[in-house]
Amino acid sequence: MGEIGSTNELSTVDLVAIGTTTARGPESPWRSSLRQLRRNKAAVGAFALLVFVITACLLAPVYAHSIAHENPFVSNLNGTIRLGGKTVQVLQANTQGLGLGVTPIGPTWHFSTYFLGADSQGRDVFARLLYGGRTSLFIGFISAVICCGVAALMGLVSGYFGGAIDWLISRLFDIVWAFPIYLLAISLSVVLLTSGLNIAFIHIEAGSLVLPILIIALVFVPYVGRPIRGLVMSLKEREFIQAAIGAGASDSHILRKEILPNVMPSIIVFFPLMVAFNMLTESALSFLSIGVQPPAASWGTIINDGLDLLYTRPWVAMAPGIMIVITAGALNVLGDGFRDAFDPKAKLRGSI
Amino acid sequence: MAKQLVQKAYVIVGALVLMSSTLVAMGPATPAGAAFTYQAKHAGGTLHLLASTAGGTLDPQVNYTLQYWQLYQASYDGLVSFQKVSGLPSFDVVPDLAVAMPKVTNGGKTYTFKLRTGIKFSNGKTVTVKDVLASFQRIFKVSNPNAGTWYNDIVGGPGCVSKPATCTLSGGVVVNATTNAVVVNLIKPDSEFLDQLAVPFGSIVPANTPGKDEGDTPVPGTGAYMFSKYNPNTGLTMKRNPYFKVWSAAAQPPGYPDTIEMTFGETVESEVTSVENNQANWVFDPLPTDRLQQISTKYASQLHVNPLTADWYAPMNTNLAPFNNLKARQALNYAINKNDVVNLYGGTKLGQPTCTILPPGFPGYKPYCAYNSTSSSTYKGPNLVKAKALVKASGTAGDKVGIVVTNDPVNLAVGQYIQSVLNSIGYKATVKPLSANIQFTYIQNTKNKVQISVSQWYQDYPAASDFLNVLLGCTNFHPGSDNSINIAGYCDKAINAKMQAAETLELTNPAKANTMWGEIDQAIMTTGAPWVPLFNPKLTDFVSKSTGNYQFSDQFYMYVDQLWVK
Repeated sequence: MGEIGSTNELSTVDLVAIGTTTARGPESPWRSSLRQLRRNKAAVGAFALLVFVITACLLAPVYAHSIAHENPFVSNLNGTIRLGGKTVQVLQANTQGLGLGVTPIGPTWHFSTYFLGADSQGRDVFARLLYGGRTSLFIGFISAVICCGVAALMGLVSGYFGGAIDWLISRLFDIVWAFPIYLLAISLSVVLLTSGLNIAFIHIEAGSLVLPILIIALVFVPYVGRPIRGLVMSLKEREFIQAAIGAGASDSHILRKEILPNVMPSIIVFFPLMVAFNMLTESALSFLSIGVQPPAASWGTIINDGLDLLYTRPWVAMAPGIMIVITAGALNVLGDGFRDAFDPKAKLRGSI
Repeated sequence: MAKQLVQKAYVIVGALVLMSSTLVAMGPATPAGAAFTYQAKHAGGTLHLLASTAGGTLDPQVNYTLQYWQLYQASYDGLVSFQKVSGLPSFDVVPDLAVAMPKVTNGGKTYTFKLRTGIKFSNGKTVTVKDVLASFQRIFKVSNPNAGTWYNDIVGGPGCVSKPATCTLSGGVVVNATTNAVVVNLIKPDSEFLDQLAVPFGSIVPANTPGKDEGDTPVPGTGAYMFSKYNPNTGLTMKRNPYFKVWSAAAQPPGYPDTIEMTFGETVESEVTSVENNQANWVFDPLPTDRLQQISTKYASQLHVNPLTADWYAPMNTNLAPFNNLKARQALNYAINKNDVVNLYGGTKLGQPTCTILPPGFPGYKPYCAYNSTSSSTYKGPNLVKAKALVKASGTAGDKVGIVVTNDPVNLAVGQYIQSVLNSIGYKATVKPLSANIQFTYIQNTKNKVQISVSQWYQDYPAASDFLNVLLGCTNFHPGSDNSINIAGYCDKAINAKMQAAETLELTNPAKANTMWGEIDQAIMTTGAPWVPLFNPKLTDFVSKSTGNYQFSDQFYMYVDQLWVK
């Protein structure tokens, strides 16, 4: 992982500086940044690719039910399909040599039936790939929203109020940060996915998607929260904040109206990166069977399903791997575009 | 030898008539039952075996895995042992350290052995009757897994089970150093006592061996080989026992390799590639299903497939919802397509669907299929209509069901298939994969509230009770214990009484007893349905092209020490 963040002194003044002046007066920094983003061809291309992937994944039910006519969540071990006018078994027994082994059908390259072949349960890999994308992206986006939201809140409070609050929150960050990310995520997953989460009135079942979302969001909070805290501490010393304090503005007002708008570009820059990170983490956990639980699919679970078919049906593992690379790459390029537009000093993020 | 044997690759079983190896391509095919003829010109070399993990403790009186039981055949001896021949006669018990088979008197309760003279342990000390007595006592002192079920019939056994440290077996095992006699007195007649002495638990070890699990420390034995190194993280080495001299080729034949090494830590895929490239001689682990087609086509002459007397089955917890309801258990028996499960295992050449608890060809086996698509004694297919009707009638539809499986590819795939079937008949099923190291004990302990699991059972010795009584007898259900091999928690007192009667009948009329065991099998599945019997597996042994003289025992599988290193 690249370096994420050090302190930043981004302010409204800075944002104005990267804008342009029109005949009607200075352009708002947001509008300027968005215009700059639109000019970034790589970012626009990455955005278009993401939209395509997301749309395809959203259409998974349409593909499964109306085109492939398969239920990708039900084993189909003795099923057959029509291919080239012939009836073909989805799981095919070896007829050569000693005749040992049963192999799932490989890619047919016919869009309407087992386009990427079947997995060891006889399920349509392409349909599962689309459903898996929905899950992986859903977890990636939602956990990124939660992660950035919680991190922003903690960073704002910690950086602005300082003192004991800052000490407490910083130590919490230290504790989480002290663990290797994947070790912490694996540990939490093993515990929570076995018995579910039962704390006071909170009851989350072991197989729920909420668990991987919360786990992934939690482990990345310090990675966003710390730079935000540093940024807030820096902003707090700036003249316009001192002026607001001097004018008697409340803490709540200063945080919402003065600091948050200046921190928001940094959060926006972080967001695509965290989506990519979270998606990769989800895939890793699911690959280890401690993320999304079968028969539900995510790209990580499909890679896991394909691991035992690498020799004869490599597409089962390769297809979701390629989708992860494409999506994470697109998010990274888009993140770079956000950085160039919103954080031209490039202090806040590196890349995956 | 139980479920730990699972770590081997297995597939279906046909009749024991077919039990001779279907492919013996390397070396001369010794006729089934014929004693091995030693050919000195093939002796020498180092045999390289591969296993993904170690098999745990090296102590022969504690270890309960096929992985090491196969190695113990060449390194330890009991008073009696299973005959070292190929085919069905390998189920026969022959005298080993005893001069002859014991004289049985006192209505089947007293066994009198005479110990051979002049045999030495691998540490150079001569085997004496004191070592025999100490070995019997040590079975209890090390808390042998079956001390309380097999050996507590010895007089003094129950006391040794409750107080192992002070076990003397006074009156149970009486030795005479002058006549070399060993007299074993039983509390009651036991038709399987000699079988139980012939497995590695009955190994005779030096009297000064500590009365605790020796773990990684090799224990001296009397076999043709001795363990010289053992590191569970890297591997083990067996060397020739310098004090070994052949006293009975049927009990302990001389081996061929000078050194036998088993290396741990590689993935199964890597192991297979090593054998293909002639860098190792044999893979212990189940062959990856993804490689079966390639191996059985390109390396057919190096692959040996043998039927096993074993079951893959799904025990349902008869004391926990929804499977505390007979209709729910019967529903799943109707719903699962066993042909599909066989496909997950590698196809019909590697497994055969089964409806009975006893494997085909096993003593007492009688073809019968209570839950079938059509009325037939052999399995034809599922009946989902009946299954759904039974679920509805049981009132358990909508119940949550957790399926506990080991996390290896085949078990996980079977678990996911059962999940799919359970969901299709109205349940909400989840799969809980666990490491193979803990799953077997986890599913036995009632505290874990396991509703259904996938497990395997491989015979310890050829007796119907080793399946029916061990796995479904009331005495083997111990709530709250990790050692409760009756995983289904099934206890029908009437059927249990019949099992006791069949065991007693075995002493006087084995044929009639076997008929009775067949009826018991049928009664359990019809009236209790505590399992879904899935299939009987076959075993695949993949050896390198430089490996010869493959010999297979129906009792302990491939004879490692009989392999030639070319």
